[in-house]
Amino acid sequence: MKFARDISVMFGRSMRHISRSMDTIITTAIMPIAMMLLFVYVLGGAIQAGTDNYVNFLLPGILLIAIASGISYTAYRLFQDVQKGIFERFHSMPIHHSAVLWGHVLTSLVSNVISVIVIILVSLIMGFRSSAGVFSWLAVAGILILFTLTLTWIAAIAGLSAKSVEGASAFSYPLIFLPFISSAFVPTNTMPAAVRVFAENQPVTSIVNTIRSLLSCQPVGNDIWIALVWCVGIMAVAYLFAMKAYRRMI
Amino acid sequence: MKDIAIQVKDLKKSYKKIEVLKGVNFDAQRGEIFALLGSNGAGKTTIVKILSTLLKADSGSASVCGFDVFRQPEKVRESISLTGQFTAVDEVLSGRENLLMIAKLRSVANPAKVADSLLECFGLSDAANRRAVTYSGGMKRRLDIAMSLVGAPAVIFLDEPTTGLDPEARIELWKAVKELANGGTTIFLTTQYLDEAEQLADKIAILHGGVIITKGTLTELKKQFPPAKVEYIEKQQTLEEIFLHIVGKKEGK
Repeated sequence: MKFARDISVMFGRSMRHISRSMDTIITTAIMPIAMMLLFVYVLGGAIQAGTDNYVNFLLPGILLIAIASGISYTAYRLFQDVQKGIFERFHSMPIHHSAVLWGHVLTSLVSNVISVIVIILVSLIMGFRSSAGVFSWLAVAGILILFTLTLTWIAAIAGLSAKSVEGASAFSYPLIFLPFISSAFVPTNTMPAAVRVFAENQPVTSIVNTIRSLLSCQPVGNDIWIALVWCVGIMAVAYLFAMKAYRRMI
Repeated sequence: MKDIAIQVKDLKKSYKKIEVLKGVNFDAQRGEIFALLGSNGAGKTTIVKILSTLLKADSGSASVCGFDVFRQPEKVRESISLTGQFTAVDEVLSGRENLLMIAKLRSVANPAKVADSLLECFGLSDAANRRAVTYSGGMKRRLDIAMSLVGAPAVIFLDEPTTGLDPEARIELWKAVKELANGGTTIFLTTQYLDEAEQLADKIAILHGGVIITKGTLTELKKQFPPAKVEYIEKQQTLEEIFLHIVGKKEGK
């Protein structure tokens, strides 16, 4: 099928962009690992998270930060394609137009899956342990993939409508920062009331809590549904806006 | 009539309230080099974008190789290729990878062979496996045009192809364009350099104030003006001729 072939050519192209960019690899895989080392071996001893194994507590948040910094490069790559006229070249060719965009989405998904796997492997060396079964792991994978797609469509809006390189990637800073004001690093019950209300009701907390419960074989309760509603809701809105920006361009 | 490659009738396009094209008419024959002249902002690129299916016109009709640009854009895209105003090569990929990518997207049989012969043709064989970011401006432009030739499209749009090129690269490009036209490809060229149109074009159209104010061959255009007076003037060498002489290249005619 021509559509699938077009997407695979686009995918191969942007995966090369990643493998040839040291900057991308450092930011998306090495930075989160460094942060994990910092939190576990420097700050972790002083943090009262209520678990004996702080890596177990920390890992979900680190994964979300890795994904949030990963998708800033999706926006950057999209922006470069628009700016350098590559989109125009593709759009004047006999190919499916949406293959250009889906190629970037697929790249975002695959590259984030790779960095998540690398980070989990490092966390295992650092003492991360989980007794979760296959089903729980699949659920974790599903939520991370959904989270990646949600952020990817937000990145697509930024990449397609930004006026400068800075603009194309700056949108990800709040996303990277969001896990800090959540249950990702410390339990929310020590926070002042106003911060706590925000932390407990923003998307990251429900996602982190869901992944944490799944990995530690605890009941997920309502968190999983709240997390799903957040992700699907934001993704639907972001998708519509991204498509609008895309159509305006062609 | 069968030999018309591009036909444009009463084409109109406005951006918000600014009327850029106010009823443009022209046609280009198969196998000719058609040059569209005009100053910056005259709407040359707008016409190229409409003909290459990137932009919708407000009214009027346009066809390329007999296919309606608005109603059969897929058919048009199969017959054309576009080299935009700014070099659109993927700088992270090598020259060869760029060509392979386009060949695969155009479903060309034997992409590797096509890529290699185009690299050879445009003098890029030595740089084939280097990333395009290391290329000079002229090399990037050559790669850009080579990418447009993959799959041998019937009509090629070149939007200001020599802007920003040094004189040598410019002459090399002119040579390549002439060879293409000799091979039967229709070339639609926009330029603001009059000597470029004079050097290359079989037919010239001048876009001004949103309409084509005049069109024809160079000889026909010259006839519209009073006959040349005979004057004796000492032939001075232009700086370009001096430059090319010093760097040891002769203009290929």
